[in-house]
Amino acid sequence: MSAEFDRKIHDTLADANLQLAIYKATGQLKDDRIRTTADSVLPDYQELRTQANALKKHTIDNLDHYLEEFQRNVEAHGGKVVYCKDATEVSDFVLDLAKRRGARLIVKSKSMTTEEVDLNQRLAHHGMESVETDLGEYIVQLAHDRPYHIVAVSMHKTRYDVADLFTKELGVVRETVPEKQAQIARAVLREKFLTAGIGISGANFLIADSGAVVLVENEGNARLTTSAPKIHIAVAGIEKVIPRAADLPVFLKLLGRSATGQPLSVYTSFLSGPRRAGEVDGPEEFYVVLLDNGRTKLLPDRSRRESLYCIRCGACLNACPVYRKIGGHCYPWVYSGPIGAILTPQFMGVSHEPGLPFASSLCGACGEVCPVKIDIPKVLLELRGEVRKSEAREGLNRLEKLAFRVFAWVMTHPRIYEMAGRMAASMAPAGDGKWIGSLPSPMSVGPLKAWLRERDLPPSPPKSFREMWRNR
Amino acid sequence: MSRENILHKVRTALGRSAGQAVALPPPVRLRLPEVAMEDRIATMRARVEALAGKTARVPTMEAAREFVAGAIAGKTAVASNAPYLVECGISSLPGVRSGIREVGELMAVCAQADIGITSADYALSDTGTLVMMASPAEGRLVSLLPPAHLAVVPRERILTGLDELFTILPDPAALTSSMVLITGPSQTGDIEQTLIRGVHGPGEITVVIVG
Repeated sequence: MSAEFDRKIHDTLADANLQLAIYKATGQLKDDRIRTTADSVLPDYQELRTQANALKKHTIDNLDHYLEEFQRNVEAHGGKVVYCKDATEVSDFVLDLAKRRGARLIVKSKSMTTEEVDLNQRLAHHGMESVETDLGEYIVQLAHDRPYHIVAVSMHKTRYDVADLFTKELGVVRETVPEKQAQIARAVLREKFLTAGIGISGANFLIADSGAVVLVENEGNARLTTSAPKIHIAVAGIEKVIPRAADLPVFLKLLGRSATGQPLSVYTSFLSGPRRAGEVDGPEEFYVVLLDNGRTKLLPDRSRRESLYCIRCGACLNACPVYRKIGGHCYPWVYSGPIGAILTPQFMGVSHEPGLPFASSLCGACGEVCPVKIDIPKVLLELRGEVRKSEAREGLNRLEKLAFRVFAWVMTHPRIYEMAGRMAASMAPAGDGKWIGSLPSPMSVGPLKAWLRERDLPPSPPKSFREMWRNR
Repeated sequence: MSRENILHKVRTALGRSAGQAVALPPPVRLRLPEVAMEDRIATMRARVEALAGKTARVPTMEAAREFVAGAIAGKTAVASNAPYLVECGISSLPGVRSGIREVGELMAVCAQADIGITSADYALSDTGTLVMMASPAEGRLVSLLPPAHLAVVPRERILTGLDELFTILPDPAALTSSMVLITGPSQTGDIEQTLIRGVHGPGEITVVIVG
């Protein structure tokens, strides 16, 4: 585990307000999911998960076919498809198009994929104003922060944080009532929508047989982003494609419920190409950016491919006992929680944050709630193996290896075991039958010290089991 | 250039060759329950109201016009070009702007209006959803920019749910560049999970069922 990961975790655990905010928000999302997926209200739930998994598996196993079909159909409706291999290619494409069309202002709706490639920062670096319009994303952007949660991005900000932020960044009178804060944001952003030259969205699904981009949201900002400006660019990972429009009901029924406990989110937009002849409004140009950014690295291995089934609902975060304590910012990349713990090492390499696959109790809750049935615990285990192998290659875990060799030797030699037990008992502080929080100085070093920082040792019993057995 | 590189990487990783055929995708089971019209209407109204929307049921197009006139009550409204609204006489009510076909004008009018009046291509009773397809008759902005949205829907357009919609419309893209499903008023929970309505889209929604 890197020192930074460790430090961030301790900071989060020590922040009582933050702990409460995470606990409340994830708890509410978790309960809402449970309520709307219960057998009494959705008897098909398990069958839908099975279908969603089968559809994702089929599509990812034949990904090139569906990407080509998607492109043909987008083009048939007058849109364009642009493949980008990384962050630079995405921002170059957007900047070039903005320059050619004379666009100076971009409105954005929420997209984890654009977070992945730091699109806003890259555009800002080139003097282009790119404004997030989802209320949570807007708060996060004003605070120069990053999303705390895949769905509830500003979960870590209280109304008082928002009040301070709006006063500082927007110059408005301090306002602490959430409804009024939302109205302030609405007014500022409405002006942006009506003057922006380009709207950039993500995509929840790409439909191969329709050439359509599907966007799911609650606020209406994605609708505005894709309706008001003359140009709409959707940025999507290549794994977002599904075969048919008729597959959508399966995913829509799962997504809203898993994300926020809604049978259907407020707005589902099914967008295929620019405004057509006779249509009153809508964009004149329509682009879909298909992003690799490391996704193809996950394809060769059949079980790893599964990670690409993710529909970014955030249910695994809310269910995860680790996420619910350490929150979203301890995770080293944009994706947090269990899904982040398996995506990040696979996209960035396991050495990016070797502690990440271990930041899990392997309780299995994430796999249980995943609407597309990704076996997250299994992938976590595999990644742990990979971390150990890579450490072995670099000779990093010699001490641990030695420790386990000694441990194995002691455990297979009963006499030695007993002796070691007696020795440990004699060295341990008396503690008067209480749990032991720290060890005296000669033993309080290195890994043992770190281990004891979060754990207590049980007091050593007056007699060992073996002694009691002999004297029975 | 990246296109070929990425597709090549994908094919190599999957062990596929260019143009290689694929099996049919696994079938999805779309359920089409038989639900009587009266039950659909009742469910539709209950769902919309559960989302803090309003509903009304009127017997005739004439009564729909009366209802809408009452709802406008001195406020400003913009109506889409839906033939059904014209037939109901809603488009020509006092205070209603309609017949706008130029995008700049539509945007300006919608940005100022108190109420946006539309019809809907379908409604989904299971979820209380309106299905709106962009067309010469229905713009996207009328149901989006004004703070209130009022939709007038003849009852025969009420379907049971998503499964029925995608059975009837296996390819919405053949008909429109934009199909939007609207389920209740615009909402957010982004500040301390407090439910706030009308953050970007309309905070009020009224569904008038005719017949």
